[in-house]
Formats: sequence, C-alpha cells, structure tokens
Amino acid sequence: MEELLEILKELHADVDYDTCETLVDDRIIDSFDIISIVAEVDDRLDVAIPAEEIIPENFNSAKALWALIERLEND
Amino acid sequence: MRKNILQYLEATLAICPDKVAYMDPDTSLTFQQVYNQSRTVASKILAAGYTKEPVVVFMKKCPEQIAAFYSAIYAGCSYVPIDEEMPKMRIQRIFETLKPRVMICDDTTDNLTSELGFTGEKFLWAQASEGASDEAALDAVRKAQIDTDPVYIMYTSGSTGIPKGVAVCHRSLIDYIESFCEVMKFDQDTIFGNQTPLYFDASLKDVYPTLKCGCTTVIIPKQLFMFPMKLVDFLDEYKINTVCWVVTALTMISAFKVLDKKIPQYLKLIGFGGEVFPVKQFNRWKKALPEARFLNLYGPTEGTGVAMWYEADREFADDEKIPLGQAFDNVEILLLDENDKLADEGEICIRGTAVSLGYYNDFGRTSENFVQNPLNTLYPEIIYRTGDLAKRREDGLLEFVSRKDYQIKHMGHRVELGEIEANVNAQAGVITSCAVYLREKDRIELYYTGDTGEKELGDALKVSLPRYMVPTKITKLDAMPLTNNGKIDRKLLTSKGE
Repeated sequence: MEELLEILKELHADVDYDTCETLVDDRIIDSFDIISIVAEVDDRLDVAIPAEEIIPENFNSAKALWALIERLEND
Repeated sequence: MRKNILQYLEATLAICPDKVAYMDPDTSLTFQQVYNQSRTVASKILAAGYTKEPVVVFMKKCPEQIAAFYSAIYAGCSYVPIDEEMPKMRIQRIFETLKPRVMICDDTTDNLTSELGFTGEKFLWAQASEGASDEAALDAVRKAQIDTDPVYIMYTSGSTGIPKGVAVCHRSLIDYIESFCEVMKFDQDTIFGNQTPLYFDASLKDVYPTLKCGCTTVIIPKQLFMFPMKLVDFLDEYKINTVCWVVTALTMISAFKVLDKKIPQYLKLIGFGGEVFPVKQFNRWKKALPEARFLNLYGPTEGTGVAMWYEADREFADDEKIPLGQAFDNVEILLLDENDKLADEGEICIRGTAVSLGYYNDFGRTSENFVQNPLNTLYPEIIYRTGDLAKRREDGLLEFVSRKDYQIKHMGHRVELGEIEANVNAQAGVITSCAVYLREKDRIELYYTGDTGEKELGDALKVSLPRYMVPTKITKLDAMPLTNNGKIDRKLLTSKGE
C-alpha cells in the first residue's frame, strides 16, 4: 500500500488518498493519470492491470486500487 | 459560388433536414435544429450591434456548442472556442490580445465569466436560441461577406507564454474540407466518434465534413478515454464507423491490449495525427482491423487543418516510420534548407490557400513564421514555416525528422517548452527553470532554481497552465547546469530523466 500511495502522491501531492473515494467521479484523476498509474504499478509493483479491470470502480479510491492489485497478485 | 463554410449546411439541409448532425449521450441536434437555432442566436447578436468581430464561445462540450460556432458565423463574425477546462489565467491572457466584446455561454460557464475579466455582452445559449430569426438581416450579412473574412480563431501554445490565436478564413477552410473529404471518402453513412476538444483544430475533421457530407458526429464523453473497454463498448453502442483521433487516444486502447479482447465492430476508417504513431501500436490496430482504412494526417493549425496524408495500408517493420506522405490537393509542401533553398531534407513550408491569415492581433509573431516565399522574388506570396523538419524518401513521400525548436507533442497537444518555462519564471521565488521532454516516457519534467518549494510550484502551475502542460515531475536544483557557452544544459537535464 505504501508504494502505491507513493505513486499516487507523485501525481497529486495535494489529495488525501486515505479518505477520498471519488477520485474518478470528481475528476480528480484524469486519463493521463490512469495511464501513469497503470504504467507505474506495472514498473514498480510488477502487477499488470488488464484492460477489463481499468474501470471507474477500481480507480475511485486508493483502497479500491490496492484491493485490485492484491487480487491480481493472488491470481 | 461557395464563399461561406455554412453553405455546406444549407445544401445538406435541403437533402436530410431531420437527420441528426451532432449528438452526445444527453442531447442531439438535427441539421434543421442546428440551422434554426444558430440563425436565431445570430439574429440577436446582429441586433445587438455585433458583426465582423470575434465572438467567444465559452460552453461545455456539447452539440449546442457547435451550433453556437455557426451562430457567430451567421452573424458575420468569427468564433473563438474557449473550454471550461482551460485554466483561468490562460483564458485571461487570450482575452488580452483578443479584446472580445461579445460571448456565448451556457449555464455551466455563465458564473465564471466575471472572474475572467470579461465585461462585454453575454448571450446565454438556452435563452438566445429560442424564438425566430431575422431572415432579412442574415441575408444582408451573407451578401456583404467575402471568403477572406476570418471564420474562427483558435489558440495554440506560444513560446513566450502568451498563446497565439490562429485566424483562418472561409476560403482556407472550404479548400481544406473539399480536399480532405475527397481523400477520406465520407458519405451519409459516416458516423464520427469525436474525441478531440472543440477548441483544437483537429476537431474540424469531424465537425465540417458532417455539414458537407450529411454525416453524424457523436461526441464521446471525455471520461471514457480513461477506461478503454468502456470506450470500445461506446463505439459499438453508437455504431461509430469513423474516428479521427490523436495518436494517444488510439494507443491508449492498443497499449492496454483491449483489441485482444474486443474489437470495435463497426469501425472502418481511422484517421490519426497530432504526433508520430509508434509502429508497434499501429500494427496492433492494423492486425485487429485488417479491412479498415488507416490514414496518417499531418498539418499545423496555421496551415488550416491537415496539409499531408498517407494511407497506411500495411503493417510496418519495427525500424520503419509511417511517412507523412503527400500534400493534399491544392497544397504545396516545400522543404527548405538553412539557406532557404529547396532540398531533400529541410523545414516543411506550406504554400497555398491553406496558409491561414496569421496570429490575431500579433503582427510581430505573425511575421516570424508567415513569410515571403524565398523562392519567389517576383510578387508577394506568403508561405508558412512549420518548424518541422522532414526528408524526402526515394519513393517521393515525406517522412518526419524532428522539430527545429523546443516545441513538442504531448498527449496529442502542441506544447512549447518555452511557455511552461515562462509560466514557471513568472512565479515568485523562481530564479531560472528548464522544462525537458522525455520522448520515451512521454513525460514533461521541470528543473528550477530558487527558494519556492516543489509542491508550491506544482500547485501554482496547475492554476496557470492547461493540465497537459503541467510537468509530471518537478525538481529543485541548487544550480542550473550550463553548457560551455553559458546556456542551460538542456541535453544533460533531459538525460537525467531518461
């Protein structure tokens, strides 16, 4: 989770990722960010997020994104 | 005689008035509605005493925004698209050179206009589009109008920090749409999926062929470009068969391997541009849609839309480049070397009706790039120097080499690194700065010296620059590395990030 927060903080240092659950809905992150997140997660955490998982539900909060990464790691 | 771009609308209106011209998931406008509403608003603009001047269109992206463009044209004016997502400071800078007296806005933008320092007259689309048009007044405007009058002014990045407003006249736009439609072979069955913002001249590729050929343009919600599978679902749901997108939007789908799982089933014509299509990504598309036509479309805003095209009708080897191809009909491309002589490798210069009028209210910067054709010493003839370097291959097609200056293409947008630096240097506590572009990672990074913090600077830049121009990484240095002759060592800083 630490590493993921680091990736997210690099994109938007001013967002409180512990509480925010509307990253997508409130347009806090945009398409540039999604591309960066997918690339960085692949690079640094060695988890490839497949296309069908790139959906708003998985990107709305740091928690949801982390749950996705854990699920993909266990698959 | 065809002298006004809206004559396409009038001709199509006679054939299919009730067909949908522009739509998004919420609303749609038929050709008849586009015609009626834009003429009604135009009548009000005229009655208030505005003609032959720029009209700012400040609305959220929707079908009505396109009709608002046409209302400015019907009033004998040019339109200037401003987006709700543009940062406030950038809009203020645009207004400083534009000095607009009149604006069309909507409910989402109405309360933002005072912050922009706009003190002119506003027309709220929902109200202004109700009622009847003044046919006699509109006819008089048309009769008096000539095809060298500007039709739009679109703002693009300027290296001094002040955006440049490219003014384009009816004749250039008509010329472009004629030759573009001929190559692309649009018809009444064409359904465009619009991706490009309407303040960006790439959107002309969808917006105007729709008028000329009686097509339908579906505006795709911007959010879908974050979620590639949903984007493909949308293309299928609306039976979209034609897209003219920036390369980034296409690679977003192919890089996530969406095409292995789902192929857009109606898509048969793909125009791409804005930057070089990485061959590996292109091949994925070509493999997934072997029957579709793929066209590389190249051209700067100053040359009205696109100037060159190439039909990419095969897969390419990894070390090959997809060529820029050949000029559109009625456009000549000159490659000029440092001595302004014709060469097989040199700067792409555009000659012909496509050359736009110049930068609005900026004769100084206009004269830098819009120059007398150096090959012609006999009569006045203006060409546009693009700053792009290309070479002629053995088969006669042109191939992109690089830029002459610090202009880059990032996420399909044209960005002057100098504009970023000018904004950084304007912040309190910054001494010097250098923005670099890492091609491999498609990232902009910034180095600076001074006593302001990295985070503070980043926050300030989010306010003054469009999102796509804000550096991904900001690093404070104790001292700027310099080259032997005392300039900032851009190469060294670029290699740091790679």
